[in-house]
Amino acid sequence: MSGLLIIGASYAGVQAALTARDAGYSQPITMVCDEDWLPYQRPPLSKDFLLGRTSEQNLVLRDNAFFENKQIELVLGHRAVGLDLGTRRVTLERGNDLAFDQLVFATGSRARRIAIPGADLDGVCYLRSASDAIELKARLAAAAEIVIVGGGFIGLEVAASAAKLGKKATVVEASSRLLERAVSPIVSDFLLDTHLQAGVDIRLNEVVASFEGASPRVTGVVLDSGVNIRADLVLVGIGGIANDELARTAGLNCTNGIVVDEHGRSAMPDIFAAGDCANHFNRFCESWIRLESVQNAQDQAKAAGLAIAGSQGPYESVPRFWSDQYDVKLQIVGLAGKYDRKAVRGSVDAGKFSVFYYRDDRLVAVDSINRPGDQMAARRLIARGVSPSPEQAEDPSFDLKSLVTGGDKAGVLPPDL
Amino acid sequence: MTRVRFVQRDGSEKCVELDRDVSVMLAAVRNGVSGIDGECGGCLDCATCHVYVDATQASSVLPPSDEELELLSAVSGERRPNSRLSCQLKSLAAIDELVVYVPETQS
Ligand SMILES: Cc1cc2nc3c(=O)[nH]c(=O)nc-3n(C[C@H](O)[C@H](O)[C@H](O)COP(=O)(O)OP(=O)(O)OC[C@H]3O[C@@H](n4cnc5c(N)ncnc54)[C@H](O)[C@@H]3O)c2cc1C
Ligand code: FES
Repeated sequence: MSGLLIIGASYAGVQAALTARDAGYSQPITMVCDEDWLPYQRPPLSKDFLLGRTSEQNLVLRDNAFFENKQIELVLGHRAVGLDLGTRRVTLERGNDLAFDQLVFATGSRARRIAIPGADLDGVCYLRSASDAIELKARLAAAAEIVIVGGGFIGLEVAASAAKLGKKATVVEASSRLLERAVSPIVSDFLLDTHLQAGVDIRLNEVVASFEGASPRVTGVVLDSGVNIRADLVLVGIGGIANDELARTAGLNCTNGIVVDEHGRSAMPDIFAAGDCANHFNRFCESWIRLESVQNAQDQAKAAGLAIAGSQGPYESVPRFWSDQYDVKLQIVGLAGKYDRKAVRGSVDAGKFSVFYYRDDRLVAVDSINRPGDQMAARRLIARGVSPSPEQAEDPSFDLKSLVTGGDKAGVLPPDL
Repeated sequence: MTRVRFVQRDGSEKCVELDRDVSVMLAAVRNGVSGIDGECGGCLDCATCHVYVDATQASSVLPPSDEELELLSAVSGERRPNSRLSCQLKSLAAIDELVVYVPETQS
């Protein structure tokens, strides 16, 4: 039975299937996924789930009845290991083959492994899937001292959760500030303060040299500087790698992810990719990029689903992301990249502010700390190419929304400026 | 058990039973109600779960928190007095049927 075959049943896979079906695709749709779980939410894994505020049951996004109803066949617990573009067949690990007319890669990304002595010790963990999270949660309950390698989103969220659970947490980060690639120094410094106040120890400019253990268990982390930190649990959060090997081996163009156009289409017309495993040209950051966010996975998959159903709706939403640490809500819209000017709205001391980034006088990104109203307005401003002046952005009494409601009011810059 | 009736802009409807502890947003996503994205899973980060609660029922649900109000102040669909973020609508045991209207856009 041919039709649409989707590898991976998470945000991107499910969205592609659903959009294609809703847009009138009438052939069979099959989704294969190597995880045994029904499609579930990943973001809470490092946040509410670790804290025990969300049950496993409430992670599940769609149940069997949903897929039956949409006539989407779900093949869980099966890994795709081979792809033949000539015969249009995918081979599953356990031997059987699936034929397809159209194929979507929604294989996501995986946690980058650390290659240093002691990396195999028991208690050196990663966090990507629900089963990782269940294991981490159980180990965290039994642990006293956790070392987190990497001050990125996942590392910082786990640090916040661990601190809230009363654990001694240490974050080791190689660069000079937290979330260096994602936010500006003001936001990094604010987060650093927040973590320090919560009792988390943060070691910047430090590289982990090895893990020590009383075999088989990890007992400590040794830094390049010679410092030794005790640990009965280690979480490594040093970034993700696209699951693009299958595509690459079959001959598709892959450069840090499967290269696709604005419809999620690869160089082969019937082969698509969306989400964490795909690399696309993003017009908001004016470069090729592989994003890891729910918004990107869903919106890119919508474009692919439409194209598969013979319809049109290119992917051109403004990238957005969020992270929750303690009672800090960090929200990001756009990609700051190389900005040449910034403006701060609100109060850093009060823990409620937004940073507006400009490139050539154009608003390109906004980071907000506990200012969701700014963030919502910024989404629309950036999407429509409307830039408040830095002075307007800094003036809390200036209503940002006034620039996007009511269409072409005075003061609104045309998109090309 | 509470039932939620989702009404789309073209007038089409879908009824969904609401399990305990499940928000109106999650029930919508699980049942494939179109026009409700719920990207952040109910963390009050995304505002892609905006709905209009039937005007006659708006006072029978718990009022929005300050945080929800701040997000509501800038939703992409039209903001109305009965606008709510559906991820915050839960524990509705006292209501037999809640009617919500799906807005034109979420983002
Ligand atoms: C702990 C954590 C917290 C996060 N927090 C946030 C957040 O706050 N906000 C945000 O926007 N994003 C967050 N993210 C990122 C977000 O979860 C991802 O961007 C999103 O899940 C990407 O969806 P996807 O469908 O592209 O891929 P994935 O969710 O990675 O799903 C891919 C699926 O395909 C399966 N698969 C891979 N290869 C094969 C194969 N060969 N055969 C069969 N199946 C295969 C995988 O096992 C997986 O189930 C977080 C991620 C993690 C891990
Ligand atoms: S689901 Fe994100 S705010 Fe409601």
